[in-house]
Amino acid sequence: MNGDAPPEPQLDRVPEALPVPKAGRSLPLVWIVPAVALAIGGWLALSTWLERGPVAEIHFRTAEGLQAGKTRIKYKDVDVGHIGEINLAADLTGVVATAQLSKGAEKLLVEDTRFWVVRPRISGSTVSGLQTLLSGTYVAVDVGKSTQRRRLFIGLEQPPAFTTDVPGRSLTLRSEDIGSLDIGSPVYYRRLQVGQVAAYALEGDGKAVKVTIFINAPYDRFVSANSRFWHASGIDVALDAEGVRVKTESLVSLAVGGIAFATPFEEAEPVPVTSDTVFELYRGQAQAFKSPDRVADSYVLVFNQSVRGLQPGAPIDFRGIVVGEVAAIHTQYDPQSERISIPVEIRIYPERFTSRLLGGAPKSGRLGKDGKFMARLVERGMRAQLRTASLLTGQLYVALDFFPDAPRAKLDLAHSPPELPTTASTLEDLQTTLLSLANKLERVPLEQMAADFTRTLQSVDALAKRLDTELAPEARATLAEMRKTLSEATKTMGDASRTFGVAEKSLAPDSALFAELQDAARELARTAQSLRTLADYLERNPQALLRGKSPDSQ
Amino acid sequence: MSAAAELGLLTCGTCGLLSRAPAAPAAACPRCHARLAFRRPRSIAHCWAYLVAAMALYVPANTLPIMYTSSLFGSSEDTIMSGILFLWDSGSYYLALVVFAASIVVPLAKIIALAALLASVQLGWRSRRAERARLYRMIESIGRWSMLDIFVVALLVALVQLTALAAVRAGPAAPAFGAVVVLTMAAAQSFDPRLIWDHERRRAA
Repeated sequence: MNGDAPPEPQLDRVPEALPVPKAGRSLPLVWIVPAVALAIGGWLALSTWLERGPVAEIHFRTAEGLQAGKTRIKYKDVDVGHIGEINLAADLTGVVATAQLSKGAEKLLVEDTRFWVVRPRISGSTVSGLQTLLSGTYVAVDVGKSTQRRRLFIGLEQPPAFTTDVPGRSLTLRSEDIGSLDIGSPVYYRRLQVGQVAAYALEGDGKAVKVTIFINAPYDRFVSANSRFWHASGIDVALDAEGVRVKTESLVSLAVGGIAFATPFEEAEPVPVTSDTVFELYRGQAQAFKSPDRVADSYVLVFNQSVRGLQPGAPIDFRGIVVGEVAAIHTQYDPQSERISIPVEIRIYPERFTSRLLGGAPKSGRLGKDGKFMARLVERGMRAQLRTASLLTGQLYVALDFFPDAPRAKLDLAHSPPELPTTASTLEDLQTTLLSLANKLERVPLEQMAADFTRTLQSVDALAKRLDTELAPEARATLAEMRKTLSEATKTMGDASRTFGVAEKSLAPDSALFAELQDAARELARTAQSLRTLADYLERNPQALLRGKSPDSQ
Repeated sequence: MSAAAELGLLTCGTCGLLSRAPAAPAAACPRCHARLAFRRPRSIAHCWAYLVAAMALYVPANTLPIMYTSSLFGSSEDTIMSGILFLWDSGSYYLALVVFAASIVVPLAKIIALAALLASVQLGWRSRRAERARLYRMIESIGRWSMLDIFVVALLVALVQLTALAAVRAGPAAPAFGAVVVLTMAAAQSFDPRLIWDHERRRAA
């Protein structure tokens, strides 16, 4: 309203506003808006913060399939969190995944909880994690039983074969090699699958494989401290008196291998297995059930013949019982005598000689001390001999048997290993016999014999000639004489014929001579009849010859 | 330049009619009977209130997931920023920039600009009035762009409901973000731009 203001507008023509009573000073309701907003924001933040569960760090070898912020963590297929961050480990040997778990997941993070990445996995007997082909990999949890809390975990490379909440028990087996076993390979009891291989690892010294198996409840109570475990892989073909028998645990084990176990003899109550028991995993059922050999003695055999066909592992046979095996075959050169010999090292299990012993079995499994038992057997004529196991393959085995005629020998126990005396094999015997026969045959003067024979033939020939010239004319004269004699004989015959005609006439039926003859014949028949009666009587009553005919004997 | 208020004139915000202020403590438009005032009553307080609310909700809107996606290929939850990063990573740079501008920059810019305007008015700054007036006009006009995200989420939630195959659910950030946009618009609306010029009159007086 200053004077230098622009010209006054025509305010008169502006209508006057309507007067209204002044509204009471109302509460600034608008401040409710930020209050509500703050409340909502605060609540959202608080609830988010409250819903944040614990964080765990999991070491994995690789982050294959893992996605930071995306990969879920599942326990029994329930979402319990996700992988928040994935970083390389400080020493670059792996990755560290930060697991953001849901609220209330503290119980999951205990000492023996295990994490592993579920990926599609196809092994011999199991196909797992196929759903992850579509849904992407996820991290699975197996919650342990410990109450000790833990934040740092090492992720498993292989999913565990069994989870902690599966009842049963795990056992440790010791095997020479893993065979065709893999994690998840079945374990059979009476051909029923009762468990599986959980893990395997090479032993510290690298000389054996430790296989951890898991037997599901309730079958775990059939495991006894005396149970035997064996590889049930493949087919067991046996040829015996009943023919060929093919045995396998199951088609699955045929393909992927497996383990079978049994308790060799019936026990009233299984012997409880302690947690540190390590069972031996045998190659086959037969081996598993063989009674264990507690003692093994080494001996050396020296054969004076070829050992072709004899291999380490060949059996030592005592009258059909395998009592040991060939351990090694060496060649030995003695520079003094410049002789090469072939010592065969064998291992004998003396217990097998005495599986039953009159008077009670020895505790140590050994009879006598330091091979005295064997020394006595040798004194009584026991010798080792190479024998052919199969004529087809030429395989040899070593037989122990008694040869009472063998030259005397002693077991020298001073040497280690002692040398067990040997005897030539039967085949070798045969060979030497044949050889000596051939030698004898060689000494036979065949040429001289042939000359003699020729000479003999010549003299025979000369003899034949002499017969021809000297004997033949004489024979002819004799024949002429014979002919003369024959013609005379013919004449005599004619005379005889005439005589017979007279006789015939006199014997005609109407002639007197005939009638007389008939009467005589009849009389003769009667006589014969009485004689027969007498003979019969005498036969029945031979005493009649002495006492005469008794009147009542009729 | 004299302001209408100095001449005792009132402008109706509803029908635009100019009228003279009566002697009564309050006035109403003689034509449309709307309440009249020289300046929007408690403009600064309202503006601050909305602005504070917007700020309070801006944090959860950006940190909480805005969308849960579950499909055969797994489930995931996305915040606004992770969505933008995903777009950027997958090569859709322009789309990422658009979303970034509309969803992050614009609300934040609005909040900061409004706070600056309010502060400048309250502190009685005199410089760059014209620029500040232009800034206000800009804030008002770009306000609704920010609803882009909400539209996307709303559309996806409505469309992608294939139960087994895929499902999209709105996360807690979605209502928060919607509220931020609405609140910043309300704040811009409640701010009376005439206040920018009032100090000139006061100083001149």
